[in-house]
Amino acid sequence: MSVNMNTDEAVVLASARGAFDQDWRKVANWGLICAFALIFVSLTDMPDKLDKRVIVEPLLSMGYLSLIWIPIALGNLVTREVVLEGMTQHKKGVRELVAGLSVGAIGGAGLALLIWLLDTRDLSDPLVNWNDALLEVLSFGEGVGYGAIFWILASAGLGLAGGALHVLPTTANRLLFAISLTIVLAASLESALDDISEGFRLEWLFEALFEKKGGLSVQGAIILAVFAIAWVLVLGGQAKRGRAAVTARRELSPTKVNTVGLAIIAVAAVVLPMFLGRLTNDLFTNVGLFLLLALGLNIVVGLAGILDLGYVAFFAVGGYTAAIMTSPTSPGLSPELPWWVAIFVVVFMAIVAGLFIGAPVIRMRGDYLAIVTLGFGEIIRLTVRSDWASGFTGGAQGILSIPGADIVGVATVKGTDPQQVLYLVIGFVAIAIYVSWRLENSRIGRAWMAVREDESVAEAMGINTVNSKLQAFVVGAILASFSGAIFAAKVGSVFESSFKILVSIVILVIVIVGGMGRIAGVAAGALVLVGILGGPNQPGLLAEFSEFKLLIYGALLIWMMLKRPEGLIPNVRRSRELHQEEFLQDAWLKAQANDDDDEAASGEVAPA
Amino acid sequence: MSERLLDIQNLSVTFGGLDALSDLDFHVDEGEIVSVIGPNGAGKTTFFNMISGMVTPTSGDIMFKGESLLGLDPNQVTARGIARTFQNVRLFANMTILENVMVAQHCRTKQGLMGALFQTGGFKREEQEIREHGEKVLGFFGSRLVGYRLNQPASVLSYANRRRLEIARAMATKPEVILLDEPVAGMNPKESEELTGLIGKLRDEWGFTIVMIEHDMGVVRDVSDRVVVLDHGETIAQGSYDEVSSNPAVIEAYLGRPAEEAS
Ligand SMILES: Nc1ncnc2c1ncn2[C@@H]1O[C@H](COP(=O)(O)OP(=O)(O)OP(=O)(O)O)[C@@H](O)[C@H]1O
Ligand SMILES: [Mg+2]
Repeated sequence: MSVNMNTDEAVVLASARGAFDQDWRKVANWGLICAFALIFVSLTDMPDKLDKRVIVEPLLSMGYLSLIWIPIALGNLVTREVVLEGMTQHKKGVRELVAGLSVGAIGGAGLALLIWLLDTRDLSDPLVNWNDALLEVLSFGEGVGYGAIFWILASAGLGLAGGALHVLPTTANRLLFAISLTIVLAASLESALDDISEGFRLEWLFEALFEKKGGLSVQGAIILAVFAIAWVLVLGGQAKRGRAAVTARRELSPTKVNTVGLAIIAVAAVVLPMFLGRLTNDLFTNVGLFLLLALGLNIVVGLAGILDLGYVAFFAVGGYTAAIMTSPTSPGLSPELPWWVAIFVVVFMAIVAGLFIGAPVIRMRGDYLAIVTLGFGEIIRLTVRSDWASGFTGGAQGILSIPGADIVGVATVKGTDPQQVLYLVIGFVAIAIYVSWRLENSRIGRAWMAVREDESVAEAMGINTVNSKLQAFVVGAILASFSGAIFAAKVGSVFESSFKILVSIVILVIVIVGGMGRIAGVAAGALVLVGILGGPNQPGLLAEFSEFKLLIYGALLIWMMLKRPEGLIPNVRRSRELHQEEFLQDAWLKAQANDDDDEAASGEVAPA
Repeated sequence: MSERLLDIQNLSVTFGGLDALSDLDFHVDEGEIVSVIGPNGAGKTTFFNMISGMVTPTSGDIMFKGESLLGLDPNQVTARGIARTFQNVRLFANMTILENVMVAQHCRTKQGLMGALFQTGGFKREEQEIREHGEKVLGFFGSRLVGYRLNQPASVLSYANRRRLEIARAMATKPEVILLDEPVAGMNPKESEELTGLIGKLRDEWGFTIVMIEHDMGVVRDVSDRVVVLDHGETIAQGSYDEVSSNPAVIEAYLGRPAEEAS
């Protein structure tokens, strides 16, 4: 939320402008945006539905958080300026506070209007959340007048706070940001922390931080705040230096692996599940299943640039093949193979499906390809459900009583034991990461990247783009089918409804939000989206959010596209410092050319 | 007579009524440097596009070492030994400089998925060779594209360096013929002089045969064995630089025609 201005030396710093020297039009615009945002969020019923999810007992709930961030953010953004080299930057002062305050007040007035309307009109026909419960939450049960005045004042105050972020020194900004992030994150992770603390015998710590009935206690929030401050002040600098060192090393040899980091992750992957409880294990399993899918799609979209919107088809192929091969009650064919044998059939079927879908669509480009894959994704699901195939797939009844996954000589993974399933998932995720990493740095991977960058040039440079893209499609299909096979063994049944288009979309959002083309990015995306918000049918840590999941996914996606198209963990290759250097060189070359031969340089224009 | 490497026979193409190239007849012998010149829109790039398989001719034939190139995909043409650069520099911008020249060796190498996954000896050896060859072609431009540059994305390069990398990428495909589309466009006089020297080297030291489109007459004069002049898709002159530059039709094409004809 806080925006740290980059005060370059080249920027001319001027004294602060007067408090009322405002661009009032802009302030009014942002104020109206603030009002609309507040009303919109209220009408989605977030304040009411999320009120039960407490952040700090009794001060703040997720419901109120869904409102209060709006005036803060907009109050801050209204006076944000992009300052480029050579431009004049005014010192921040009272002007920023006034603007923030005004934006907040206008927004609050909007909300007050909503409260009044809620009381006097009944618009519950088109607006399903138009009810007394919402009025109750917004006015704290104290009546319309109280609610209206409260929100105008509160919103103005929050807007003022947002504006004040400009005035505060950078360190204070960073501290505030760290504190809010820590507290919100801790509250979001409450159930996971509960589960983990049990495994590590740290219940005392959990009890010190959280209230019994949910939410952080005031004392807990203070402890966390102190922790966040200590982290920023003591470790912040060090972490930054460490990261800079890693980035620098990456630039010199981008294919080199951070062995220490990898070892830590490997040990954690082996040890951690033992200490985790049921809930967390299950959660990580879901994250893992989607990570597996996302890694596969990352090869298809991130590396080869094929926008496949029907990726769920391969997830379904994996799930159904495993189900038919292993379930004793599978309606048609029922070979009752052990799971580890079935996985070979799964891979085979994935290759067949990859070629079957890939061959016709791969010659298309861009939008056409996206639409056709979208169609194929649905075709596979509808085929599975059709009368024609229901002899094998069970149609809408699905296939039940799929035994767990037995892996010869190692273990029998029961779907009901989250810890075992988690190990299975981790194993396959490790395979997928290895495959992604090795392929990315190989002849095939480079060809994929070239196809992504510019297909016709790749073709002209001797790459058979059709073959290349088919390979990417098939590798992606195999990884997705692994996920499907584990999914079937975990859940114990498969239904066509688990393979709707939404799954494709969620996987794509994970890849985009995380950072296309980066394995770490995809992992971060899966963790944040599936772990915290939840997958299409899987609950995340914020179970109360499930109703708003798609709204948040969408908002996140739009925001990412606008502000950070390279994803959460961007590709180091696109670091800005690198450009700087080249600009300097260009300038130097130009200066040289001018010195040497002014005339000739200008006469260099090609004959027209 | 040296071997006739590239033989263009009555090549024509029309784009919806526009004769972008009509009845082009000419040949390139092994070890030659031939320039294709002509005013904007003359059909020079279209000619390259047809050789490299990106545009299908309406009629005529393109013979390379006695075999027709018609009907081949661009990647097959490159595999036969014809590489090209693009007038509007089309590098793989987000790939590193080294990767740009490594990926261009695709059709000369053959390790597949399994080699990469199991890191077989053959795979590692081939990767090593690809890398070495890549660094070798980059080294052709002195220290400009090597060293710390190797792992930088191509997008950070200056315009002149991008042009150089385009040439390096074409060289990396291990071709016999390189088609250069305006290699010095946008370079300052010093840089284009340097590149002129390098184009000579491409033939003398690397043994490439070169067909070059160029607007800079100084460069054309210095390196070409022969020159072909196109105008509105028609071949208006062929011959040595001196013959062509004194040809009245060429002078007219460049300096403009009577007012009523000019568009
Ligand atoms: N794909 C296409 N479709 C339709 N018209 C085309 C196509 N490609 C080229 N043309 C037309 O053919 C003519 C020749 O274009 P070409 O690009 O070959 O010119 P050029 O000689 O390379 O010119 P320049 O010196 O500007 O590069 C132009 O009139 C152009 O508009
Ligand atoms: Mg051209």
